[in-house]
Amino acid sequence: MIPTPIGNATPHATGFWRRYIFSADHKVIGIQYYLTAMAMALVAGALALLMRIQLTWPGIRLSWLGKLFPAGMPGGVMTPEFYLSLITMHGTLMVFFVISLALVSGFGNYLIPIQIGARDMAYPFLNMLSFWLVVPACLIMLGSFFVEGGAAAAGWTAYPPLSALPQAVPGSGWGQTLWLLAMALFIVSFTMGGLNYVTTILNLRTKGMSMMRLPLTVWTLFFAAVLGLLTFPALTAAAIMLLFDRHFGTSFFVPGGLFVGGEIVPHEGGTPLLWQHLFWFLGHPEVYVLLLPAVGMTFDVLAAFTRKPVFGYRLVVISLIVLTALSVVVWGHHMFVSGMSPYLGEFFTIGTMLITVPSAVIGLCLIASLWGGCLRLTTPMLFAIGVIALFGTGGFGGIFLGNATSDIFLHGSYFVVGHFHFMIGGVTLFAMFAATYFWFPKMFGRSMNERLGRIHFWLSLIGFYGMFLGMHFLGLNGLPRRYYAFTQFEILKPLQGMHLWISISSFLFAAASFLFLFNFFWSLARGSRAARNPWEATTLEWTVRSPPPHGNWEAEPPQVHRWAYEYSAPDAARDFTPQTVEPDGAMAPK
Amino acid sequence: MQMELTQTSGLSGGTSSALERNQGSDANPPWALSTGELALWAFLATVTMLFAAFASAYLVRRTGADWQPIDLPGILWFNTMVLLSSSGTMELARRRRERFNGWLAITTWLGIIFFVGQGLGWRQLAAHGVYLSTNPQGSFFYVLTGLHGLHLAGGILFLGHALNRAARAHSDGRDDAALHGVATYWHFLAALWIGLLVLLSAL
Repeated sequence: MIPTPIGNATPHATGFWRRYIFSADHKVIGIQYYLTAMAMALVAGALALLMRIQLTWPGIRLSWLGKLFPAGMPGGVMTPEFYLSLITMHGTLMVFFVISLALVSGFGNYLIPIQIGARDMAYPFLNMLSFWLVVPACLIMLGSFFVEGGAAAAGWTAYPPLSALPQAVPGSGWGQTLWLLAMALFIVSFTMGGLNYVTTILNLRTKGMSMMRLPLTVWTLFFAAVLGLLTFPALTAAAIMLLFDRHFGTSFFVPGGLFVGGEIVPHEGGTPLLWQHLFWFLGHPEVYVLLLPAVGMTFDVLAAFTRKPVFGYRLVVISLIVLTALSVVVWGHHMFVSGMSPYLGEFFTIGTMLITVPSAVIGLCLIASLWGGCLRLTTPMLFAIGVIALFGTGGFGGIFLGNATSDIFLHGSYFVVGHFHFMIGGVTLFAMFAATYFWFPKMFGRSMNERLGRIHFWLSLIGFYGMFLGMHFLGLNGLPRRYYAFTQFEILKPLQGMHLWISISSFLFAAASFLFLFNFFWSLARGSRAARNPWEATTLEWTVRSPPPHGNWEAEPPQVHRWAYEYSAPDAARDFTPQTVEPDGAMAPK
Repeated sequence: MQMELTQTSGLSGGTSSALERNQGSDANPPWALSTGELALWAFLATVTMLFAAFASAYLVRRTGADWQPIDLPGILWFNTMVLLSSSGTMELARRRRERFNGWLAITTWLGIIFFVGQGLGWRQLAAHGVYLSTNPQGSFFYVLTGLHGLHLAGGILFLGHALNRAARAHSDGRDDAALHGVATYWHFLAALWIGLLVLLSAL
């Protein structure tokens, strides 16, 4: 068979390598990203469990781990430095290599072309390149555990001077350099992806697919890509300067007069605060890069299982624009305790209070989307409702942290850990599960098991609230974060019971996640065959075969005649009308 | 203009993909950008943010007690004139369609002269005893000129590519998008350099 180009899709590759490994097909790339994220989630999750075990039973001996990490866990007992590496790598892997890869890169690549009626991304080769840059980034991150000194230990925020002085702690040596290298590869890859998303969404929409007819998933991925393109460069700049400070003796971030191991550090005059500003200029919008697609996908799932249009589509789009704009001027609320000027703090407090307005609008639109609907409580729907619950709980805690007055008490405590796990861990993870159960039939042509899915949901929900609501209470009681053990403080001893409770919840959550993995792979082989449109949904991906062929549409690309959420229209024959149906009710000609 | 060209080339069957690319445009407004232009502008936005981050770091760092202004190497002013004239020849290449080959070659050479001149600037500075870690402004100087140089090196490769493509397209009597793309990028590099020079010399 002679490969023929279809639209901007590359000719259909027939060999194994070009088809499944070095593929330029957006669907293959999307699935590759997703599976990579899944593998990284196993590692990052294992790191979290290790931390829980250490905090609950400080000094416990795990001799088999001692063999794997002879320096970090000599004889199987964790050193404080190794605990810092665990925090750092758990955060880095989860934020950049799990959630970002699965939600933004995985589902983003899979869904954008097929939801806007394009055959592929605007630049399929660039897309392939972007995936194959992430793979070495992942390997470098994982490999950094096994170099001298172990993995980076300065937190996922990599604050100097801990990250800037190779002699500071063991993880500040090779581990930190590899961390910076892996992040650089990740940023280049993400920039390539962002360029593809923006150009594809703006220029490759099919006939009739105006911007206001786009599903909210595509809208949110668009803003995520724009934010990524505009804010990641700040981290790139900071990382370059940090590398120079570490290896070439410059003093961008390292102040004078520091002593490490009794020796004075030869740097002079740098400002560690500068790193914090540059980092959080990316770091805060990064939260929205992950959160927005999660919310967009939740809207799409809600519409299909409430059998009614999402509430306030136009309002949500406007709120997204406002939120995107405001998200680049609130980064300082991560730095209230850094000693910055109170006037500047006031500016960031006001900005943060302002951004709660569009966030609350979106949250209320999520809730209102449920109202008066004809609910179908399938697994994806349960997870979507879970997203709303977590969004509300987490957002409520955010009000206290966004305000300098209360943040100064709470900032160094577990309250912060609990809060951001609700938002960046919970909302995104539950949306990821919702999206997986929802689009799995489309991606693999089989359905996931409903019964296992429901058990997975309830165990996850209970486990999740057990863990992170518990951390809120620990924080209110003044438990500081980043400590590897609390045995030295009489006042914190009564909280040890709560640690046990949180750990048990985390084991429950881990067990549920393995159930999900089993369901995923079992369904891949044995799941019941899925029809073209198993959920009776309206958007374009449901008009093609499951799984879709290369180039997505066998014949002509579809023509769109209506918006994305035509559910339960009063005079329609069925309670859903796909976007391809012409206004008079006749199906579009094939 | 871009639009029109992709449409015609699509209709003539030259590149069927170009037509498909614009399938979404029921009635594309005149200000709509082609996919290539869009990608280029998005890329320029992200590069702008990179240098903006450095500039803000520079402005913060210069308030430090150990900040000492350095004397910029004199060759920079010559380099600046070279880069600005290359921007002019680039524009001539873009507009004088019949002579673009020669102007593009001149632009490429001017670019290479600028690149080498910046290297000489580094040597001049080092000869005055200012190395990478000698003082904070010096550090910024090396890092910023180095990064600009890297982007310029990419621009020179892009120019070579455009020269190649435009020559082929021209012999077929077509316009070529790569020529306009590289012109935009080249002007951007010149403007970026002016910005950096103001930052390094006046602030």
